[in-house]
Amino acid sequence: MHLEYQVYEADFVNAGAASSAIKKTLKQLNISPQIVKRVVVALYEAEVNAIAHAYGGMIYADIEPDKIILKVEDKGPGIPDIDWAMQEGNSTASPEVRNMGFGAGMGLPNIQKNVDKLNVTSTVGVGTTVEMEVNFT
Amino acid sequence: MKLREISELLNAKVRCGEDRLDEDHETAFASDLMSDVLTLGDYNPVILTGLCNMQTIRTCEMGNLDIIVLVRRKKATEEMIEEAEDEGMVVMESDFSMFKACGLLFKAGMLPIF
Repeated sequence: MHLEYQVYEADFVNAGAASSAIKKTLKQLNISPQIVKRVVVALYEAEVNAIAHAYGGMIYADIEPDKIILKVEDKGPGIPDIDWAMQEGNSTASPEVRNMGFGAGMGLPNIQKNVDKLNVTSTVGVGTTVEMEVNFT
Repeated sequence: MKLREISELLNAKVRCGEDRLDEDHETAFASDLMSDVLTLGDYNPVILTGLCNMQTIRTCEMGNLDIIVLVRRKKATEEMIEEAEDEGMVVMESDFSMFKACGLLFKAGMLPIF
């Protein structure tokens, strides 16, 4: 099953809508609640990142019999130093993002804790792609 | 502790989920940072927070957390309550500070999850 969602820059009102839709789909497919939680926590953090830090982007989800493959592709500005961004506590979040309860530099580390595979690639001026996989068993 | 006792201790107004007030819950977690709330694993503690916007509800939805106590006189919007009702959540509002709300619950026997 292939699903796609568009997310928009600074669209905090709808932040989480895509993650919520994928959560409902996984529940309908009878995936265990523990696995569903790991998927949606990781995806939600990535979705918030695309809305808070980037100029919006796309979320792609491929649900296979034994795993889910997620790709969050944003339109920039890109991350100059991914290793720095992966460290807990490092953040470039705006006051607006912090007011939403995010921006403490826990997003990418939180994602890493919840997925089985993570690949973050970024080109400054072009965009960032976060690829994640969570196995169902 | 029954959710009803929590609402009484915190002098809280129950905005939705009244039908669940006889449920027992032993643990609580307090934070204004939603990324912290997303690190709780399989636990479902009562969440105390002073963050009051749609992300409060969405974050709890993602984390399978369904009992929210808004502290520091924060009031949920109708939109937040609609979303919380759709998810079957309990949402309460207390005028107490985070410190006072946590202190009262701790004293009454609510447990931390770590």
